[in-house]
Amino acid sequence: MDGSVLEKTSETGAQREAVIRVRNLTNQFGSQVVHQNLNLDVWRGEVLGIVGGSGTGKSVLLRTIVGLNTPAAGSIEVLGVDVLNGPEQERRRIERHWGVAFQDGALFSSLTVLQNVMAPLREHTGLSEKLMCALGNLKISLVGLPALSCGKFPSELSGGMRKRAALARALSLDPEIVFLDEPTAGLDPIGAAAYDELIGELQHALGLTVFMVTHDLDSLYAICDRVAVLAEKRVLVEGPIEEMTKVDHPWVQEYFTGPRARAAQEKG
Amino acid sequence: MTQPMIHSDKDANGVCLRISGELLTKSLASVEQAFAAVQPQGGDITFDLSQVEALDTGGAWLIADLARRNRAVGAQVRFEGLSPAQSALLDTVAKNIPDDPGIEAVHRSFIDWVASVGQRTAGAWKDTLSVLGFLGLTLHRLARTIVKPWRLRQAALVSQMEETGFRAIPIVALMGFLIGVVLAFQGATQLKQFGAEIFVVELISISVLRELGILLTAIIVAGRSGSAFTASIGSMKVQEEIDAMRTLGLDPIEVLVIPRVVALLIMLPILGFIADMAALIGGGLMSWIDLGISPGMFVTRLKESTGIWHFAIGMIKAPFFAVVIGVIACWQAMQVKGSAQSVGQRTTASVVQSIFMVIALDALFSIFFSVLEV
Repeated sequence: MDGSVLEKTSETGAQREAVIRVRNLTNQFGSQVVHQNLNLDVWRGEVLGIVGGSGTGKSVLLRTIVGLNTPAAGSIEVLGVDVLNGPEQERRRIERHWGVAFQDGALFSSLTVLQNVMAPLREHTGLSEKLMCALGNLKISLVGLPALSCGKFPSELSGGMRKRAALARALSLDPEIVFLDEPTAGLDPIGAAAYDELIGELQHALGLTVFMVTHDLDSLYAICDRVAVLAEKRVLVEGPIEEMTKVDHPWVQEYFTGPRARAAQEKG
Repeated sequence: MTQPMIHSDKDANGVCLRISGELLTKSLASVEQAFAAVQPQGGDITFDLSQVEALDTGGAWLIADLARRNRAVGAQVRFEGLSPAQSALLDTVAKNIPDDPGIEAVHRSFIDWVASVGQRTAGAWKDTLSVLGFLGLTLHRLARTIVKPWRLRQAALVSQMEETGFRAIPIVALMGFLIGVVLAFQGATQLKQFGAEIFVVELISISVLRELGILLTAIIVAGRSGSAFTASIGSMKVQEEIDAMRTLGLDPIEVLVIPRVVALLIMLPILGFIADMAALIGGGLMSWIDLGISPGMFVTRLKESTGIWHFAIGMIKAPFFAVVIGVIACWQAMQVKGSAQSVGQRTTASVVQSIFMVIALDALFSIFFSVLEV
C-alpha cells in the first residue's frame, strides 16, 4: 500500500503497517467534548478491542472513522487515504475495503437475509445473479447461519442471528477491515463465545483487520490482540490485555481487575 | 492490478488448470464465465495456482466450486502453488459451501402477483372486521374518558391539538380562500349568461358551508395528520414501544389513540369553520371584483338567502370525519409489522382509506339530509 505507514515495533523489530491512523481527533457535540486530541493506530491483521465506560465515545469513534460523523478537528487515514479531506473518488473506493456491522444489525428490513448480503455485491461488482447468490450463501454459511435463514426477513430472526447476518453483509465484499459495534452485546454466553470464535476464525482465514467496540471481557481475552481504553476524551492506554492490569488508573484498574475480569482471564 | 485468467492444459498426468492474476470478488466478473465453462472430464485434474496474486472468498469459491464439480464425477483434484494462508482460506470456503444451495434469490413472478391479489382480497374482509373492532374499542375508551375526564392525557391532548389543528390553520385558510375564489369566478362566468349574477352568493355559501368547506378540510387533515399518526405510532410499534407500554400497564388506546382522536374532534370543526369563513371571504372578494357585488350587498344577500341549517349540516359532519380519520390512522399504525417498509405501506393505506371513507361518509350524509329535507 503506497502512502501507508510502516513502523518498527520495539519488541520484535518486525515491520507493521498501520491500516488506520487517527491523529489529534476532536469530536464535539454542542458544548460537550467527546474526544480531544485522540490518537490511535490500528495495525494490519490485528484484532483491536475498544473499551471504555458508557458515554466515552466508543461508537462515536467508530462512526467517525467510517465517515458517518464529521469531527471538529483532526485527521484520519485508512489504508493510506485521508478519509476526511481526500478526493471524493478515493474515499468512495476505500469504502469498499471496509465492512461495518452495526450494533443491532441495521439490516435492510424490506430485504431477505440473502438479499441483504447480496446488496453490496449487486452494487459494486458485475457478477452474474447466480454467482452473487452463491457467494451470498457462502457468506451466510461462513458466519454460521443455517441455510434456512437465507429467505427470512430480518424481523423474523433472533437478535443473535441478526448480528451474524450483519457480519455476513459486512463481509460480502471481502473487506480488509471489519468494524464491529458491540458484536456480542445481548447474546447468551454460549452464543457470544461462538461469535468470538467465529470472528477469530474468519480473521485468520480471511486475514482481516478487526476494529471491535466491546464491553465483553470474555471477547477481549479470547480474541483481541490489543486493547485500547478510551477515557478522559482520549485513548488513555493501548496494548495487549495482559498489560492492562499494570496500568495505574482507577477506571482501568477496576475494569481489568474486577471479579468479572478475573473470571474472564481464567477462561481465556 | 492483473486481470484473473484461467488456462487449461492437457499433459500426461491429466488436465492442468493454470489460474493466474488477482482473484478478488470485485474483479471476478471477467473470469466467471470461463470458470463455469470448464466441464469436468472425469480425469485427474491439477490446479496450478502459483500465479495467483491475490485471493479472497469470492475467488476461493470459484476454485472450490470447480474442484467440487470435478470430484463429483470421480476425479482426483490436486492444488499446487498455494501459499499457506491461501490454502487455509480455500479450505474454509470449501467447508462452507452449502450442500443444499439454500434458497435462490426471490423472483417475483406473475403467479406471485395473482396470489398477492387473492391474499389482499381475503385480507380486506378481515381488516374490515378488525377496524370495526378498533372503532368500538376507541368509542368505549372515549365514553370512559367522558365519565372519568381526569384519565385524559392533557399534555398529549394539547400538543396534538397544536400539531393537528393550530399548525394546519394557514393551509386550511388558504385552501378555503382559493375555493371561494374559484367558485365565485366559475359561477360568475355561467350565471352572467342568465343575468343571474346575484345568485353567486347562494352558490358559494350553500356549496361551501354544506359540503366543500368541511370535506376539503377533512381531506387535508387526513393527509396531514392521519399520515403523521400512522407513521409515529407505527414507528413506536416497530421499536416495541407499544409492547413496552402494555407491560407497564398502560393502555396504548388511552395513551396514544384517545388524545389524537379527541384533538381531532375538537380541532376539525374549528378548522372547518375557518375554511368556511375563508371561502366566504374569497368568494365575496371575487364577486366584488368580477361582478361588482359589494361586500355589504354580499352579506345582506347571505343573511337573507342562506339558512343557518346549511352551516349546521357542515359542522355536524365534522366530528364524524374526525373519528373516521383518527381511528383509521391509529388502526393502520397498530397493524405495522417490524419493518420500515411496513410503516410506509401502512401510512399510504391510512391516507388513502381515510380520504375515501370521508368522501363515502359525506355521500351518505347527503342522502340522509336530503331524505330529511333539511
